[in-house]
Amino acid sequence: MDLLKQIAMALQCGDSDGIGELLQQALDNKLAPKEILDRGLIAGMNVVGDRYKKHEIFLPEVLLAAKAMHMGMEKLKPLFLKDEVVARGRIVIGTVQGDIHDIGKNLVAIMLSGAGFEVIDLGKDVPPKKFIETAIEHNAKVIGMSALLTTTMPIMKKVVEGLKEKGLDGKIRTVIGGAPVSNEFAAQIGADGYGYDSVQAVDCIRKLISLS
Amino acid sequence: MPTNDNLVNPRPFLRFLSDAMIERIITEARDILSKLGIEIHNQDILANLQGHGAKVDKSENRVFLTDAIIDAALKTTPGSFKLYDVLGNETHDLSGYNVYFTPGSAALNLLDGKTQQIRKPVTADYVNYAKLVSVLQNIESQSTAFIPCDVHELISDSYRLYLSLLYCEKPVVTGAFTIEAFNVMRDLQIAVRGSAEELADKPLTIFSCCPTSPLKWSDVTSQNVVDCARCSIPVEFISMPLSGFMAPVTLVGTLVQHTAETLSGIVISQLTNPGAPVLYGGSPAVFDIRYETTPMGAIGTQMIDCAYNEIGKYLHIPTQAYISLSDAKQLDAQAGLESSMGATLAALAGINSISGPGMLDFESCQSLEKLVLDNEICGMTLRLIKGIQPKEDFPALPRFEELLREKHLLISEHTRKYLAEEMCLPGKVIDRANRTRWQEEGGLTLVERARTEVDELLGKYEPSRLPDKVKKELTGIMLKEARRCGMEKLPEILI
Ligand code: B12
Repeated sequence: MDLLKQIAMALQCGDSDGIGELLQQALDNKLAPKEILDRGLIAGMNVVGDRYKKHEIFLPEVLLAAKAMHMGMEKLKPLFLKDEVVARGRIVIGTVQGDIHDIGKNLVAIMLSGAGFEVIDLGKDVPPKKFIETAIEHNAKVIGMSALLTTTMPIMKKVVEGLKEKGLDGKIRTVIGGAPVSNEFAAQIGADGYGYDSVQAVDCIRKLISLS
Repeated sequence: MPTNDNLVNPRPFLRFLSDAMIERIITEARDILSKLGIEIHNQDILANLQGHGAKVDKSENRVFLTDAIIDAALKTTPGSFKLYDVLGNETHDLSGYNVYFTPGSAALNLLDGKTQQIRKPVTADYVNYAKLVSVLQNIESQSTAFIPCDVHELISDSYRLYLSLLYCEKPVVTGAFTIEAFNVMRDLQIAVRGSAEELADKPLTIFSCCPTSPLKWSDVTSQNVVDCARCSIPVEFISMPLSGFMAPVTLVGTLVQHTAETLSGIVISQLTNPGAPVLYGGSPAVFDIRYETTPMGAIGTQMIDCAYNEIGKYLHIPTQAYISLSDAKQLDAQAGLESSMGATLAALAGINSISGPGMLDFESCQSLEKLVLDNEICGMTLRLIKGIQPKEDFPALPRFEELLREKHLLISEHTRKYLAEEMCLPGKVIDRANRTRWQEEGGLTLVERARTEVDELLGKYEPSRLPDKVKKELTGIMLKEARRCGMEKLPEILI
């Protein structure tokens, strides 16, 4: 089997140790880091996402794969050239102000970094300004917001409006999630996307980024 | 032949844990609290605990609770307390194996009665809900069941309490979303009782306060515990370990975590005001690793609930659980089976305040139609736990002589005397007609029957007897609060 396929396979099995060795072999064979990332790690992670959706595997297996992915990324990162895009994009994520529910948000953050995105997690109880400033400062492509309370949903709108005021709508995309929100609510406040679980959140953000 | 006419059977009950197991779980929880400690993101509480000799790690907001501190708290925790309705009449004796049902609280959505689709609820929905609860016989308290979206979000928690106090006389299970909201919610209650002392004497509400699993208290929820304790407002601790995710996958491991988190809540409460009433409660769930959800209808979830209730009883503290509810999205067979399995187990286990009726979709959706169905489930379980007792059944000979003589017992004095309490006849939502009659009466589905029943019951509603003067005072408090948030007036209510 070709080495990249083996890497993708090891990733699917969540075999962090195996990945380490295989990556070394690939680098010794002078494969480009970008190729190892795209056709090895990310290709493997895509299969993991699909199998999860089909109920062939469950969350623990996905998290093991995400962990292996993270390890692989750490190993490859220093080898990328300066102007090469290491990750698939930077994402600022957090639970909105007044809300301390962060379990779902944490899961989404793990999956995103597992899928090769660079995630800046602002934690919980995050004011709108903080989302926007961090995204600008770190040149993030997407702001992900989580809210679990009826009372904190309106904060999401403030972020969307704040971006608009700065003329950043369309440049920095917004994605929302959490039990009280929905596709309809996203449309209503002008957010670019909505995700109902962690794997689907990755899909949604991937689509948004490929649009920009 | 036995001659003992005073034979009685024990109440039927359910137990999962042996005393030895309970003791071991408590010991392990204490070990965790003393060695790993608990994070409390509230400086006043940390300082208070430190003043009482607890070791505090300020950089991590962590406090280590010794056996001495925990024992002192347990010693002052009341073994029971009572609730009183808005008129001051006793309605609940939360002690022993007494069981009371209360609707699931704080839903995000309402399942619309006509369309059976979800939507965000408004004031009129809440008023209907409060009216319905006041006529449902097997649901002894209200809860602030959902959040009307036609008021400013900053007052949405106090506003639902306001509506509840206005429209329904039953005591209220509620909770605050912020530290500030507590004050208004306290003032509303003081207005009902007349003074803070009266309120402390006759509790009107129970506040849900949640630690954050694992082993943490947020600023808001821990401050809510303190504020309630100060006013002797009962608190139910709602620890929510999620088995396999934010807690060990095993039921015993989850119980250890639940015990540690709940004990830490008891310490916060009793340190603030020794003797403040609390419920040993919770809303744990076994995490579903396929859907990333927290199923309340899972058998594992319900077993954890019943088992921590045994631990609460062992510690002589009245108990609560979110257990008679469902994760179904509509009023379907799953909704019925999960809710009734939970209600039955909870009642057998003797959970004192059973939260859940009306709730669907992982505690996120209330339904008035489901509330009506669940009222029947509650009625059946309340009958269940009365068990099987003889009622002038011994000696049996005279009754059978009567039966053979009269050919039936339909009009026998014994039948008429005991029919209601022995049979437990449900409302019309439960279909017991023969097929032809069912068809002739429209062949209605459960949802249709429930829908009709909601309307009929709302027709039976009698306005709350809370004096008008007090109602006006409540409106004054609420209006002031609304204006603070920039709302000139409250939504119009058509009474
Ligand atoms: C666990 C829980 C808690 C825990 C949270 C622990 C933590 N570290 O997060 C604790 C116990 C602390 C808690 C506290 C409270 N809670 Co709470 N809680 C829940 C519960 C049961 C489950 C939430 C959860 O973790 N689910 C599991 C995760 C994996 O799912 P998720 O959060 O939905 O996230 C998934 C998706 O939504 C999506 N997603 C989430 N975020 C994002 C972000 C992006 C960008 C994307 C794309 C996708 C995405 O992907 C995630 C992964 O699958 C919900 C019930 C419910 N149905 O949601 C109530 C619930 C949300 N809580 C509620 C309440 C009332 C409270 C309190 C106010 C109670 C109180 N009085 O103390 C406090 C909140 C205080 C505050 N100011 O925030 C209410 C909300 C009421 C309302 N109408 O607003 C609910 C609905 C329960 C209820 N009916 O009472 N709670």
